[in-house]
Amino acid sequence: MTMDYSNLTVQGYRRENGRVGVRNHVVILPLDDISNAACEAVANNIKGTLAIPHAYGRLQFGEDLDLHFRTIIGTGANPNVAACVVIGIEPSWTQKVVDGIAATGKPVQGFSIEQNGDLKTIMDASRAAKEMVHFATELQREECPLSELWISTKCGESDTTTGLGSCPTVGNMYDKLLPEGIYGFFGETSEITGAEHICQKRAINEEVGERWYKMWKAYQDDVIFAHQTDDLSDSQPTKGNIEGGLTTIEEKALGNLEKIGRTSKYIEILEPAEAPKSGNGLYFMDSSSAAAECVTLMAAGGAVVHTFPTGQGNVIGNPIVPVIKITANPRTVRTMSEHVDLDVSGILRREMTIDEAGDALIDMVARTANGRNTAAEALGHREFSMTKLYRSA
Amino acid sequence: MPIPQLLVHDHKDNVGVVVVEGLEANTKMLCCVTHDNSTFELESIAAVPIGHKIALKDLKAGDTAFKYGEDIGKIIADVKKGDHLHTHNCKTKRW
Repeated sequence: MTMDYSNLTVQGYRRENGRVGVRNHVVILPLDDISNAACEAVANNIKGTLAIPHAYGRLQFGEDLDLHFRTIIGTGANPNVAACVVIGIEPSWTQKVVDGIAATGKPVQGFSIEQNGDLKTIMDASRAAKEMVHFATELQREECPLSELWISTKCGESDTTTGLGSCPTVGNMYDKLLPEGIYGFFGETSEITGAEHICQKRAINEEVGERWYKMWKAYQDDVIFAHQTDDLSDSQPTKGNIEGGLTTIEEKALGNLEKIGRTSKYIEILEPAEAPKSGNGLYFMDSSSAAAECVTLMAAGGAVVHTFPTGQGNVIGNPIVPVIKITANPRTVRTMSEHVDLDVSGILRREMTIDEAGDALIDMVARTANGRNTAAEALGHREFSMTKLYRSA
Repeated sequence: MPIPQLLVHDHKDNVGVVVVEGLEANTKMLCCVTHDNSTFELESIAAVPIGHKIALKDLKAGDTAFKYGEDIGKIIADVKKGDHLHTHNCKTKRW
């Protein structure tokens, strides 16, 4: 039976700016590393809040600082966040983050530690956070079209089964849901290496394809060739990939690209953590292939659900975005079942078609959006990893 | 269809992927081309772990390995039909 994808709905949170969120976090967000302690203290005081500690935010400059702000603001602005407290060491950068998040219309308040100390800051911020918890917990889920979700993808611990099963499952979902109006994100710039000729052709037109190729080439020249110490055979594919049977970077890249399906075309290229501005459709985000970094960037870009194909078994999660793990590897299902949300190993046994697997994933996306906690959420995986472009001053 | 031991993406491919655990040498494998679900038989000549590849025909050093119908690298040591094909006998052409 063919599913009708146009009338699917989920129970989501309609935010002030019209976007649909699927989680309802009150986030305590540090501007910088030295404000982590205050944020964690506030989260400890006020139940139902979530601190997101991280490693950076001081003495960054230029493009690297821009990316820092984009990531922090994008995280607070994500529709899975109901309200947000921002704490920074000094007031002006803290205010910049507050202003960025406030543009969404959601409650946000900033606190700075200089001239106040940790203790007064923690008390003031705790009082604000408590009000936000009252606000957030009174919000109700409401029926929203599934087509309004922004869904990202990135795979990890790939092996040959990802190219046969879990990645085509995600691709099938995109082929079915992109025409209905969702926003999609894929990326992993370095992991397209080996299939760059194919990825370029998957752009909506030649101009976008050429810009994509230039972006990919710049990464090769400026990062890979500038810093490489060997022939990369030990990094791409990774040891885990090789253990899983992947032999070359080309083989890995071709499997990876199965995530964008058969018919989907990307319409624009995004900077890391950049929010899409060209309407609904599929976007390529220039991003690291490291799982936590990539998901953090896509969440900051506005994705509210992440689909994560894995072969050998990656355990990653994210603080604000549910990460759905999909595997086709029966050994991983057997040995790491607590990390698997969707088992598509039936594809390998020819008991399940890619079409059926795609429908099963759409169902799991809807259930997750409705509130089902993912394996990563239940296990407490909240990896938040900022991408850094170069050394701080 | 009975459960296949080996899946092949495309008819142009000269490698397939073992999709069962504990595959022994000298197993008469049911092989399935996922592109159109057509099947054929091939005998393994080595025990090959799940996820690893098997050559569908004799390949000589210098030949190209094809998977997904695409070039995935060069053969660097001769591989017999039915044998394990991995980093010891196949390598990217890129570096």
